[in-house]
Amino acid sequence: MFAYVVKRLISGVLVVALVSMAIFLLFWYGPSSPAQPICDRETSNRCTPARLEVYERTLGYDNPVYVEYGKFVSGVFGGRTITIASSEYECAAPCLGVSYRTKQPVKEELVSRMPATFSVAVGGAFLYLLFGVPIGVAAARRRGTVTDKALVSSFLFISSIPYYLFALLTWLYLTITFEVPLFSDTGYFPIADNGPFKWFSGLFLAWVALGIFGCTQYTRFTRGAMVEALSEDYIRTAKAKGLPTRTIVYKHGLRAALVPVVTIFGIDFGTLLAGTIFTERIFEIQGIGWWALEAVQGRDLPVVQATALFSAVVLIISNLLVDVVYSVLDPRVRLS
Amino acid sequence: MTSVPVTQSSAAAAAAEADGPFLRVEDLKVTFPTEDGPVTAVQGLSYSVEKGKTLGIVGESGSGKSVSSMAVMGLHDAKSAQISGSIRVGGTEVVGLSESRMRGLRGNAMAMIFQDALAALHPFYKIGAQLEEAYLVHHSSASKRDARRKAIEMLDRVGIPQPDRRVDDFPHQFSGGMRQRAMIAMGLINDPSLLIADEPTTALDVTVQAQILDLLQDLQREFNSAVIIITHDLGVIAEMADDVLVMYAGRCVEFGTTKQILTTPEMPYTWGLLSSVPDVSSSTDARLIPIPGNPPSLLRPPPGCSFHPRCVHTGKVAGDLCSTQLPELLPASTGTAHLKRCHLADPVGVYQSEVLPEIAPELLEETR
Repeated sequence: MFAYVVKRLISGVLVVALVSMAIFLLFWYGPSSPAQPICDRETSNRCTPARLEVYERTLGYDNPVYVEYGKFVSGVFGGRTITIASSEYECAAPCLGVSYRTKQPVKEELVSRMPATFSVAVGGAFLYLLFGVPIGVAAARRRGTVTDKALVSSFLFISSIPYYLFALLTWLYLTITFEVPLFSDTGYFPIADNGPFKWFSGLFLAWVALGIFGCTQYTRFTRGAMVEALSEDYIRTAKAKGLPTRTIVYKHGLRAALVPVVTIFGIDFGTLLAGTIFTERIFEIQGIGWWALEAVQGRDLPVVQATALFSAVVLIISNLLVDVVYSVLDPRVRLS
Repeated sequence: MTSVPVTQSSAAAAAAEADGPFLRVEDLKVTFPTEDGPVTAVQGLSYSVEKGKTLGIVGESGSGKSVSSMAVMGLHDAKSAQISGSIRVGGTEVVGLSESRMRGLRGNAMAMIFQDALAALHPFYKIGAQLEEAYLVHHSSASKRDARRKAIEMLDRVGIPQPDRRVDDFPHQFSGGMRQRAMIAMGLINDPSLLIADEPTTALDVTVQAQILDLLQDLQREFNSAVIIITHDLGVIAEMADDVLVMYAGRCVEFGTTKQILTTPEMPYTWGLLSSVPDVSSSTDARLIPIPGNPPSLLRPPPGCSFHPRCVHTGKVAGDLCSTQLPELLPASTGTAHLKRCHLADPVGVYQSEVLPEIAPELLEETR
């Protein structure tokens, strides 16, 4: 298994390298110069061709693309000094560049935004599972009954609403229309500065929106996997042994049904960690997702690149973890 | 006799039960309500099995073999199956018995072995853990260590080599034959008085089949249990069974000792089963004689004898009796223990003059 993990990590590094190249190329050959937005911003929209040329030269956009990509890679491993027009910025290793808008090193901002995104992801994913799995099991055990049909159809209704609309309506109703005091001030407030209550109430709505929306999917996955597991021959064997129903359903049924659920959860959780753009934007949480959105709007190449790389790394790691967990859950799976 | 949680009014009744058959099924009927109407999978079924004896139940898929045995084990979902009649296991009526009392019997007084051991064993738990679980659920005072010792002992008993090591294997690490042995070990771990083997050798290759059947016979002698073996293979019946119950469309169509059924069958469906057995000693050009047609729909069973649409002998019965009136299960000509459900007036004559010459001409010489 160790060899397998090493092999997967090596291929993961290759994927990250390819992702970084792809993003670099997309910006380089894009319809307008990447230097145009900085030039516009710094000259208050009076960017002359001569000014633009200064920005392009200092940022290296007049060099061949491989030279600049080489500089980026050497910055990641050894740090570098970045020149924008007449100013110089020190960027320590691992250097992911300097934001074209804030002129701050990208890596430090990425690290500072992680706790917000992690808080959103962990809370949301916790609610996914806390509600999704038990409701799915309950529906599977009552398969075909009115309860089952009501649960399945109402959850299908929720999950057919676009998520951004669902999150926006949650926010509108609970903070603006009804002014629920607990939820009125959403956002990320670090525990260290504001205490756990403020942290909790700021994130609570985001968790609820993510949790309710996600748990509808987990209910469906769990229900499906559980219905399948409960119809297996080994469930009949368990019953023939004289085991109590609880043991049959949970120890024999749920144990088997969890494997596909865990697989999907691993990928979903990775996606949440890489940044939840809608959730962070709507609930005003200064996380990685919102940051990525702003960077794309401002054509802030280093930030876009850093957030894309970060999500690639997170997804590769979560995929690897899913495979390892899978082999632990299902003894028939051998990693090689 | 194995101790069975039985509530009985008097010791005399217990003594009477101990002498009588361990399992007695009377007028069993199993119906499944479906969207298209009720499907009666088993009806009017009666049989009994004594300890130390083996009953073979033969029939095509869908004839009600497994459904009736699962009713004995109480494995049908109460919501989807309606069961009536009487099933007495060691004197306890199990039809309508509470789920908790039923749980005490299952896997304890009676156990079941299923046909596909790979599917019937849980893929995520070790063989040992699955055996221990079966032991512990009926021995609440036993320790985990006792259960493990018992599991190893049972694996050894069914002929698993190095049982103390293989006990920690998962089912997928066992071969097909070993999995079925482990399944048998699990069935017998609580020393049940009734063992139901549902096509225990169907998924195995022929040499392993013979080993498994031998093992079952040895264990039966050792544990003196009543055994029901469900199969569609008359070879298995010939080897294992004392009595044979032939089922068709949910009913018993013929019942007798194995010798009676195999040598003097009196029901055309049984003839059909015998005709479709391949004979390894015959020439390779010899053709099997299949039973024409398909098993009937249990949703809309044919009127009269349910076999009549496929029966080639209906012309020998006066009028349209076969298609209008269900034949009673009546004693056959060879004795009162031999029962058949057929309108034919002279089944022995028809068998000897028409069926036997086609399927086994050499046997005809012997019987004359």
